[in-house]
Amino acid sequence: MGRSSLLLKMELLSNPETLCAVRGALGQLAEKLGFPEPECRAIVLAVDEALTNIIRHAYRGDVEKPIEAYFRRVQVSRNGALSDALEIVLEDRGVTVEGAKLCGRALEDVKPGGLGLHFIHQSMDKVEFRRKIGRNQLRLVKFLHVPGPPKGS
Amino acid sequence: MKIAARHLDKMTIFDVSGDIDLANSPELRKALLRELRELRTPRVILSLKAVRYIDSSGVASLVEGLKASRDVGARFILFGLNNTVREVLQLSKLVKIFEIYETEEQAVAP
Repeated sequence: MGRSSLLLKMELLSNPETLCAVRGALGQLAEKLGFPEPECRAIVLAVDEALTNIIRHAYRGDVEKPIEAYFRRVQVSRNGALSDALEIVLEDRGVTVEGAKLCGRALEDVKPGGLGLHFIHQSMDKVEFRRKIGRNQLRLVKFLHVPGPPKGS
Repeated sequence: MKIAARHLDKMTIFDVSGDIDLANSPELRKALLRELRELRTPRVILSLKAVRYIDSSGVASLVEGLKASRDVGARFILFGLNNTVREVLQLSKLVKIFEIYETEEQAVAP
């Protein structure tokens, strides 16, 4: 991995009422980094869904548990070259979520629930989960697509 | 999120505004299920024009409303979807199961 610079760190409580504040801050941060509007919305959706999963599953609805969120501009390897990206790491101290719950569900099933993980995978370029010294750590990466020169130039 | 109900002839229009997320989607779900299952309103319409954001729990509430409408033989209609709401419904691959219109005039038409 190449350079990494911390842009924002948030210490949150696992209260659903905090989600709108995170969405507001992250939307502006993504826009400032140069992501196009649809990608800003996708990043916001992915992080919101990831936080929702922490609140509902890792902390089982307890609204006073700690969540830490780190937002970094990084350079990560992609197709053999370093690419600029936004890296988001979410950490909680809740229970480990079972594999089955993390698998989402078949989209053909018309039923409520199970969509969150699907949204996260569809919205981000990398999604990695690991358990580290009593903490769950979710790492999300979205590559910044810098437009190339116009064709024919 | 705010929900305001307008009761017309054999139909109710819910004007929903703000963000629909984990904090308030249960409120939307409750309003929809009451209208469909308890009050048996034949047509329940949701105006989503002023919804800035919807997450998977909000989509789940809409799916529950749709299922309840099918159970009681009512119509469940959405209209006024902006880019944000439309993108999330498309991502869920559930956009085709809902009856969706652009305008209120289309949604209330016989």
